[in-house]
Amino acid sequence: MMNEFLFLYRGGETGRRSPEHMQQTMQKWMVWLKELGEKGHIKDQGQPLEHTGKLVKGRQKTVTDGPFPETKDIVGGYTLIQARDLAQAVELSKGCPILEFDGAVEVRPVMKLNQ
Amino acid sequence: MIEPSDHLFRREAGRIVATLTRIFGVQNLALAEDVVQDAFCRALEVWKLRGVPENPSAWLMATAKNRALDVLRRERTARTFAPELRRLVESEWTLAPAVEELFLPHAIKDDLLRMMFSCCQPELPEEAQVALVLHILCGFTVSEVAGAFVSSHAAIEKRISRAKKVLAGSQRLFDVSDTGDFAERLPVVHRALYLLFNEGYHGASPESAVRAELCQEAMRLAALLLDHPPAATPATHALCALMCLHAARLPARVDASGELRSLFEQDRSRWDAHLVAEGERLLERSAAGPELTEYHVEAAIAWVHTTAHGAEDTDWAVIVSLYDQLMAIRPSPVIALNRAIAVAQRDGPQRGLDEIRAIARSGRLARYPFYHAALGEFEFRNGRQELAREHFVAALALARNPMERQFFEHRIGACRRAPPPPVP
Repeated sequence: MMNEFLFLYRGGETGRRSPEHMQQTMQKWMVWLKELGEKGHIKDQGQPLEHTGKLVKGRQKTVTDGPFPETKDIVGGYTLIQARDLAQAVELSKGCPILEFDGAVEVRPVMKLNQ
Repeated sequence: MIEPSDHLFRREAGRIVATLTRIFGVQNLALAEDVVQDAFCRALEVWKLRGVPENPSAWLMATAKNRALDVLRRERTARTFAPELRRLVESEWTLAPAVEELFLPHAIKDDLLRMMFSCCQPELPEEAQVALVLHILCGFTVSEVAGAFVSSHAAIEKRISRAKKVLAGSQRLFDVSDTGDFAERLPVVHRALYLLFNEGYHGASPESAVRAELCQEAMRLAALLLDHPPAATPATHALCALMCLHAARLPARVDASGELRSLFEQDRSRWDAHLVAEGERLLERSAAGPELTEYHVEAAIAWVHTTAHGAEDTDWAVIVSLYDQLMAIRPSPVIALNRAIAVAQRDGPQRGLDEIRAIARSGRLARYPFYHAALGEFEFRNGRQELAREHFVAALALARNPMERQFFEHRIGACRRAPPPPVP
């Protein structure tokens, strides 16, 4: 029985990087996701998110440019994963290249309708 | 998926920064670099999750174009852009079509070439031109350039920022359609690409991967010259031939156990036959005209080596005479040293020693490890083991990376093992 988990990619590299370095980083991501896909762990490859946006808040419906959490923790994208349990999902997340660059993967179980 | 061996990002970065600089004006080079960085960050974010689009180059160029439009709108009052755009940028009616036009394939075709010629400003020292080419056209960061040249980050940063200042202050990019200026600048470009290639081929970087990359980049940029008829001169063909014939040896320079192999000890069956053939073809085409450059002669020397199985059946007489020609065109202590090595092959080690001692300004060679190694080699062949050993020890002290160190250590070891010289 497979369960679903959301991987939220937080933070990661910022600042000036060479094109070569960026290409290598991208290739690491693609290798990692391809492997997860081949093992049947990807439910939805997900989407990247812009680092900008608006925050709409409270009864007043105040609209601001933030405050987002600090840039270094910002969610830059997500992927929907299938895994046996949380432990396996965590294990799978450990291959994420974002970890090499000071980033983090937030692993969140998706709630089930019948529980 | 992009093949890891395909340096797509690096290649496209050079192309896009060249196009953007034409549009923003050379004084806004830093702005162009920022836009390129943005475009690549975007590509990384999107592609890593969604996969590489069908035409990644077009995707990157379109992203850069949109960012360029944003920048032009935002900064139109604060900055002065390229002359052809100054008026058009004032109104939204004219801005977007003008930018579209500037990004059309026929417009961006010559951008890399234009930037390459602009980086090779004769008033810049040669090493600054090379660093600038690597930085702007090959997308190497300051640390990557420093790594490739085995130089300090601070020194390279200073070199590049000074060079950029000169470039930005030059008012306009080089005009590749001005035939007079073009012919005058072309040899400067040749020299910069030659030095870039040599940094890869002979340079001090301990990583052969880094060095092979420098050779590849030099060859990629030189190939652009071949594609542009006014630049495809006999000298350009000769330069490209030289690069092919030398690059062909790269797979054999380090053996299976990771040890450096001199030309004499290389397994020549590992030379890249395709590159040898290409070099030969280019060398033939380089002969179309009276011009004889140092690249012609160096390519000819490399070609003679490809016709032999090893040192024994190499035509050293021809090689010595080619070195004589090279000394006449562009004399240098290193070329004189290589000539002496060829003389030793032709006439014996004692003649080689005499030639080395006769090199004027050999003081400059004293810091070059292979100068001492050559002296050691000749003494070794003369049977003077002790002297040979001293020279190899001197070479070892100057070794620039672990591979060179190991190479000289083995030569020192060979001196110990060899039987003592015969008593006269």
